[in-house]
This record gives sequence, structure tokens and C-alpha cells, in this order.
Amino acid sequence: MKANYGYMDGSGEFFITIDTDLCIECSDRSCVDACPAALFEIIMDDYDDEVVAIKQEHRKKVKYDCGACKPVSDRPPLPCVEACKPGAITHSW
Amino acid sequence: MVTAGIDMGAKNIKVVILEDGVVKSRAMATTGFEPAASASKCLEQAAQESGIEITAIDHITSTGAGRKTAPNVNSDITDVGADAKGIVHLMDDVRTVIDVGAEEGRGIKIEADGKVIDFAVNEKCAAGAGAFAEAMSRALEVSLEEFGQISLKSDKTIPMNAQCAVFAESEVVSLVHAKTPKHDIAKAVHDAIASRIVSMVRRVGINEKIALVGGVSHNPGFLDALKRALETEVVVPENPDYIGALGAAIVAGERTK
Amino acid sequence: MGEKTKEFWRWKEYNWSDETINPKEAETISAGVDVGSVSSQAVIMVDGKLYAYSNMRTGSDSPDSARNAINWAMEGTGLTLDDIHYSVGTGYGRVNVPFANRAITEIACHARGGNFMYGPTVRTILDMGGQDCKAILCDERGKVTNFLMNDKCAAGTGRGMEVFSDLLAVPIEDVGELSLDVDEEPPPVSSTCVVFAKSEASSLLREGWSKKRVLAAYCSAMAHRVVSLLERITVEKEFAITGGIAKNAGVVTRLERELNLKALKSKHDTQIAGALGAALFAKSLVEKQRKKAVQ
Repeated sequence: MKANYGYMDGSGEFFITIDTDLCIECSDRSCVDACPAALFEIIMDDYDDEVVAIKQEHRKKVKYDCGACKPVSDRPPLPCVEACKPGAITHSW
Repeated sequence: MVTAGIDMGAKNIKVVILEDGVVKSRAMATTGFEPAASASKCLEQAAQESGIEITAIDHITSTGAGRKTAPNVNSDITDVGADAKGIVHLMDDVRTVIDVGAEEGRGIKIEADGKVIDFAVNEKCAAGAGAFAEAMSRALEVSLEEFGQISLKSDKTIPMNAQCAVFAESEVVSLVHAKTPKHDIAKAVHDAIASRIVSMVRRVGINEKIALVGGVSHNPGFLDALKRALETEVVVPENPDYIGALGAAIVAGERTK
Repeated sequence: MGEKTKEFWRWKEYNWSDETINPKEAETISAGVDVGSVSSQAVIMVDGKLYAYSNMRTGSDSPDSARNAINWAMEGTGLTLDDIHYSVGTGYGRVNVPFANRAITEIACHARGGNFMYGPTVRTILDMGGQDCKAILCDERGKVTNFLMNDKCAAGTGRGMEVFSDLLAVPIEDVGELSLDVDEEPPPVSSTCVVFAKSEASSLLREGWSKKRVLAAYCSAMAHRVVSLLERITVEKEFAITGGIAKNAGVVTRLERELNLKALKSKHDTQIAGALGAALFAKSLVEKQRKKAVQ
């Protein structure tokens, strides 16, 4: 399952996509600790699979909460994307 | 040499007339539904006040969201470029400009000569602009002026869950029903806007000194929230609404040389 | 089939039951309750068949709204809460359904409910609710394969439409039809943000636009916005729309036009999809429980 957390508003599209089919297989879930804003958590989803998700309180403001990792210029690779071994995490912006 | 800058803002139009680098007059008018006509009127008013004929103006430069709709101008410049030029003219040690207008918020990192290094903009969403505070003051049934003032009386921190202005209005109404004092709600609203503006400005990197310009800089509640969120001092220049128009008039001068 | 109708301020609240089914002979009675931000629905299923449902406004208290919804669905059926073997809560207030055995997200419930309502060929479900907009892709079993939920921004939600119906003083249920009664389609309102779209609409009215034309421009902007949300998950055939805005022909017609795709029809209220999915989950979960008990 592709879980898109985030939103679209007048200023743009801000989604973090987690491919749970890839995420399920991962054993170390290093994304959780890699995120400086602590956006990720491990949940049991509706189909009783243990996967990573974006915490509820961050879903409506990812544009702001991810801001520190997305400077306007000289943007380094995103820590969550780098940490995710199965390559399950992508950002839309 | 006489030049003029016209800032075609979403809510107000601002005009500055400069003679040899000295401000001769300023004028402001509501943008309304016919921005071009409002701009002409605003320019006439400024001209009258300065005692200079419009025909004697060597170069007019427009800026602001509606800069392409300004009538009879010689050139235009982006809001970001105009803000940077305007602020260093008044305060040459400012390195970060935060411009919060009715419909847009901007963070601009500049060099000593007013050259722009980097900038970030929040546009097309009321959440990160003055329109958010306006909508909330309406929901609270207080004037925008009072809304900014009473905010300073609060020492409470109430989180606002809604990001969208439309949803936040309902949240404000529920807070009123729950007997939350108006000044605490006002502070919560200003904190929410400030936190969004600050995370945007951090993306360009913050160098001191920091200046707040634009219409929202008249709101003491927002200024206070911004200082707390940045954990540092923020200066507001004189006539902060006219920084864009001033910058445009300076650029007009450079373009006639 | 019995149907009772009550008129309320904004929309109808009502219940429905299938009198040809006798729940007393049932092996499994399952229930789903969807407590949304604006309206709440309860669905009761008897051995996997849709038996009864209700659709009501959500009150200020989620547990009360859930109780009212299930009680009204059971009204006249002779059933009580004790007769229900398993209940699942879903929606915005899902963790506040006091009698529910489990809470499941509205995403999973809409997919499962949509699969039942529209059949196993449905792949894309768009749910336009009071305060959110969900785009869901699902497989032939109604399992979610891709989803997004936009509840941050009022554009593209029922709330956004309410702002316009207030501004123009047009009852919300008339918006769709009126918006279609224009000689030619006006360009859509250009601002996405509802706050800015509202000022844009005010200036259009000042320019002399009729209310119908402004409504057309907004319905078209809303349809366009929802299409861009759908593009993120890539629409697959068959396609269905659930939720309150599914009842607004002005948005649905323009959405179908832009997607070049007809939305599937259902004989049941499009607003019950979430509660229906919850009742289906409830049935599977109680059956799983029984199997475990036997082992």
C-alpha cells in the first residue's frame, strides 16, 4: 500500500509517501530515529501489519515540520529517505 | 531626479515619491476591485502632497502582487527585490527581512548592499499571511487593531490544531464557547502564524539583524509572537508598509542612470 | 422497505431498513458506525447483508452521536445493542464510539464499503466529506493499495462549499443544480484557498456576475482541485464518489467531464460507505474470533 501523508493547499502539494509493502519487510526502521523532527512512528495498520507512519499531529503541517531539512539552497539529502533501507519513503516537494 | 515606486499589494496600494534619494511623499489607497484606477489615484495623491507634477517624474517602477497591472509605469521589480532595496536604504545592518502582508509572507536573506542571497515565499494560502489574523479577529468579533493589542495581555499558550483559516475560524468559535478569554485566543492565533512564518524564514537561514516589514508589522501581537518564536530581537522600520514602494522608487532611480 | 424522513437545517436525517430480512434468525449481526466531523452514519448487517442504516448530524459529543446513530438505525427493527455481535467505529470520532469493539480508519472502511456498494470492479474511490477529501485506490477485495487524505485545507471539502452557499445565500442542497443552470461554463475561480476564493467571488458579484455563474465557477474550481488530488494516486477504472459532495451534481458532472470518466451509481446513500465498510470489517473480525475460540 502507498500511504500518502500530508496535504495539498493553495501553496502546493506536500506529501510524504510510505510504500508499506516495502516498509513491512524492514527490520531496523531507522527512519524513526533519523528524523530530527520526530515525524515517524511505528503503528499496527488496519490490516494488522506493523508499518511506519507519520504521526497524526504532523500530518497537517509537514511543509513546516520538514522545513529544517529543506533549506532553500544547498539542499542535502533528506535524513529519512537516506535512512530508509528498503527505499520506501519519498517526498513530493 | 524624481522617481516613484508603486507597490500594488493585495489589500492596499502604496506609493513613494523620491527626489534625489530623499522621500518627498507617501500615499496609500485600498486596492479594491479596480487596482489600476486605485493606483492612478494613489499616485496623484502622492504627487499633490509632494508638490511635484506626475509628468516631472523621471521613472516609475511598480512592485507587489499586482505589479503588472499598474498603469503608466516604466518598469517593474519583484516584491523580494524591492523589499531588500528598501530596507537597506533605511537600516543598512539588516540581513534578514520578514515581510508579512495581507495575502503573502516572505523571508529574504540579503547582503549589505541590498542584494538578495535567498528567499522563501508563502503565497496562495491564507494560513501564513495577514488574512489569517483578519479572519480570526472577525470570528472573535473584535477589530484587527484591538486583536493585535489584547494579545499582549495573555501569558497562556493554547495550541491551535487547525492550519486552514476556514477550519481555524470554527476552532476559535469553539474556544469562545468554552469561555477561553479573547486575549488568550488572540495570542494563540498570532503564535500559530508566527510559527509558520519562522519555519519558512529558517529555510533561507537567519542572519541578524532581522527586520519585520509589511502591513502585519503594525500588529503588536504578531511582532511579539515573532520575537518569541525567533528568540531574538526584531526591528520594525518607520513606515513599514512602504518598504516595497520605497525599494521600487530606489530601483527606479538606478534604472534612470 | 420503510423510510422515514426528518427535515433539519442543512440536510435530511433519515433511517432505512430492509424489512424482507429477519435478523432474529441471523448467525452474525455486525455494525459499523462512522462518526464524521459533520454527519454520522450507522450500518447494521445481517449475515453480510445490508439490513439497516441511519444518517444523522454529528452533535458536539462524539459518544452521543455514535449512540444516536446506532439507535436510530435499530429503530423499529426490534434489535438492541446486545444483539450485535461485533461493532467497528470509524471516521474522525472513531475512538469515541463507546460500544465499538475496534476502531479502523475511514480509509480502509471506505475502500471496503465501496467494494460492497459498487462491486469488486471499483478501483478508485473518492470520498468528499464535510471537512476532508480522501482519494483511495483499492483491489478487487476492497483492500487499500494507495491513498491520501486531505484534511488540512478546506478547499475541496463540504466546508468550502458551505462558505460559498453562505456567501451567496443559496441552500447547500440547491448549489449543484443552480450551478448547472448557466448558458456557458465560466472560467473556474482561480484561488484555491477558500478565504481568497471568497474575496474573488465577491468581486465577481460586483462585476455583475449572477449567483448561478459564481456557483458554476466555484463548482468547477472544486472539481479541478479534486482532480489534481486524484492525479497523485492515478485514477483507475471503475471510479466511484462517496460522501456528501457526491450529492452535488454541479461538482460531480464537472469532475466526470474533466476525468472523462463516469462515476458508478449505487442505490444506497453514498454517505454510508464508511459505516458499511466498518460493518464488513466487524463481520470478518467476529468470524476470526469465533474460529480462534474453536481452536
